[in-house]
Amino acid sequence: MATTSSTFVRQDMLAQQPAPLGISGPSHWFRTRLFATPKDTVLTILALALLVYVIPGMINWLFIDAVWTGSDRTACATVIQGGILPDGQSGACWAFVEAKFQQFMFGRYPADERWRPILVAVLFVILLVPMLIPKVPHKGWNALALFIILPFISFFLLIGGFGLSHVETQLWGGLMVTLILSFFGITVSLPLGIILALGRRSQMPVIKTLCVVFIEIIRGIPLVTVLFMASVMLPLFLPDGWTFDKLLRALIGVSIFASAYMAEVIRGGLQAIPKGQFEGADSLGLTYWQKTRLIILPQAIKLVIPSIVNTFIGLFKDTSLVSIIGMFDLLGIVTLNQSDANWSTPVTPVTGYIFAGFIFWLFCFGMSRYSAFMERHLDTGHRH
Amino acid sequence: MKKTILSAAIGAAALGLASAASAATLDDVKAKGVVTCGVSAGIPGFSNPDDKGEWTGIDVDYCRGIAAAVFGDPTKAKFVALSSKDRFPALQSGEVDVLTRNTTWTISRDTSLGFNFRTVNYYDGQGFIVKKSLNVKSALELSGAAVCVQTGTTTELNLADYFKSNNLQYNPVVFEKEADATTAYDSGRCDVYTTDQSGLYAIRLKMKNPDENMVLPEVISKEPLGPAVRQGDDKWFDIVSWVHYAMVNAEELGITSKNVDEMKTSGGPDVKRMLGSEEGSKIGTDLGLTNDWAYNIVKLVGNYGEVFDRTVGPNTPLKIERGLNALWTKGGLQYAPPIR
Repeated sequence: MATTSSTFVRQDMLAQQPAPLGISGPSHWFRTRLFATPKDTVLTILALALLVYVIPGMINWLFIDAVWTGSDRTACATVIQGGILPDGQSGACWAFVEAKFQQFMFGRYPADERWRPILVAVLFVILLVPMLIPKVPHKGWNALALFIILPFISFFLLIGGFGLSHVETQLWGGLMVTLILSFFGITVSLPLGIILALGRRSQMPVIKTLCVVFIEIIRGIPLVTVLFMASVMLPLFLPDGWTFDKLLRALIGVSIFASAYMAEVIRGGLQAIPKGQFEGADSLGLTYWQKTRLIILPQAIKLVIPSIVNTFIGLFKDTSLVSIIGMFDLLGIVTLNQSDANWSTPVTPVTGYIFAGFIFWLFCFGMSRYSAFMERHLDTGHRH
Repeated sequence: MKKTILSAAIGAAALGLASAASAATLDDVKAKGVVTCGVSAGIPGFSNPDDKGEWTGIDVDYCRGIAAAVFGDPTKAKFVALSSKDRFPALQSGEVDVLTRNTTWTISRDTSLGFNFRTVNYYDGQGFIVKKSLNVKSALELSGAAVCVQTGTTTELNLADYFKSNNLQYNPVVFEKEADATTAYDSGRCDVYTTDQSGLYAIRLKMKNPDENMVLPEVISKEPLGPAVRQGDDKWFDIVSWVHYAMVNAEELGITSKNVDEMKTSGGPDVKRMLGSEEGSKIGTDLGLTNDWAYNIVKLVGNYGEVFDRTVGPNTPLKIERGLNALWTKGGLQYAPPIR
């Protein structure tokens, strides 16, 4: 009886096929992500309807009906408000931002001297960019230049001296002050925060107590209170004729405030390091500082990068609180300029705030993206 | 204008804590080479930045007038922006030499806070703005109205006093910030908005349809706004006061920044006396300044009318009428003692 073999062995590989249309491609994406269940469908339609309702009006207000050029309020006001626009039209008044742009950037820094902050900004970018790109060598020198030498040079460039005319900090303002405050705050708070965090975990009772007291006191006070005390109460305690530069007061206030928060963030990282790491370092015969610098801190800081950046972003935005002590940071100068009757219209304040909000967002978003990049870059395998 | 209870408390604390500020402010000012004035952080027409970032406004020009009188140079004025909370401690501690900041002259500030007031560079008063659609012609018809008001100011107290003394009911809608209160009024959250009249003019500019609103005739408070100096320095007090009087006298005598050079030689004896071109005049030096102090003020800053027109008057978007601020010869209250 002849038997026919029913076994079949395929000798050649099948060519790869694209996934069936049902589970790939845009239609699948839509079906699974937007219209998977009746509830999803309803939510999707509602969300779309909301977008359709909001976005055209927003684009219209921000761009199409907006006023881009003009020299005073008449450009942005409708006829009934004493301007030239047809009644009923309402759009952003970008002409206001254009007219005040220099002020929004530099405050009341004298116009002839504005090359000085611009030069500082250029130097800052030249030093910052290589610092941020991991592949560029000589990080140590770069950091020295960026965090020690640049602030020193900038100080004299901005305030004057060595043949440059004196520009008192009273005149500084706008984005310039926002950036100075946050750069200084960030530069000071990270090392100070590390020291405080190490101090808080120290075995030595005096150091430990000092650090705990400092951190808890500062964390327990709102920044507004710190600034308000520094600006209103401090002059009353100082001897006659003593004036303490307002910007300096704000710089100190902001940095000690940020340091206390930074210390707690870093401490979180330190506590996450397994005990074995400390013991391993000890068994290698490393001193305390070697152990901390080479083994503990690199791991601890890497763990808390998101929180560090979170603190930086918070600090950047907190700088707008200095407007309560009569300094005009970006937000402060935008608000101040709303009191200019030459530009007073129903749309001017909103336009100013949108502009300030956009600038703040730009910087914060940049910081956040960079931190995400750094996290991926430093991710050398701690996934559990 | 805006006197918060807090500011009064801090001011009182200031009095107790600060040692008496140095008596010879004029010498300090001359030594520093600049007169430091406290101004508001943005009140339209009183002190606000222009497109170039320069301060402008009637309070700012007062300060420039002082600088012109002392130094012959109006640019030697330095402005410190102060919130209504910061202003009294700033003056008390000597951070500013004079407060030209839209401040109401009241007895408590004159006495317990330890300041001196004498001149009034703007007579203000609290008023109401209402929607025309309400068909109200007088504040006495406002019974039951929802009133938008900024909290923590005398405005709020005046409002309560006025409605109580007239036996009217009202429903206050309070806001922390002036801008919020204005927006709320404009969007129909309340029927009435109340603040100082100069503020009402500024607010009209921010309304979607200013013509639908009207200012009621009642003025329910007196707000004489003028500069304040520390007590105990009469010489400096005289200078600050006479800067204003010189500006008012100049307007009365018809001296403007344009014709002042001409008037200096061709004017009558009173004009010459004021401008320092009279033989043997000691008016300026008795004041501790030079004899051309008044000339400098008028030449470099302007007379009171010029300053008013330029900062809040008809040449500005605010378009405020002279009203109480007209010269006494024209039915107003601006009256200056003679310079002789």
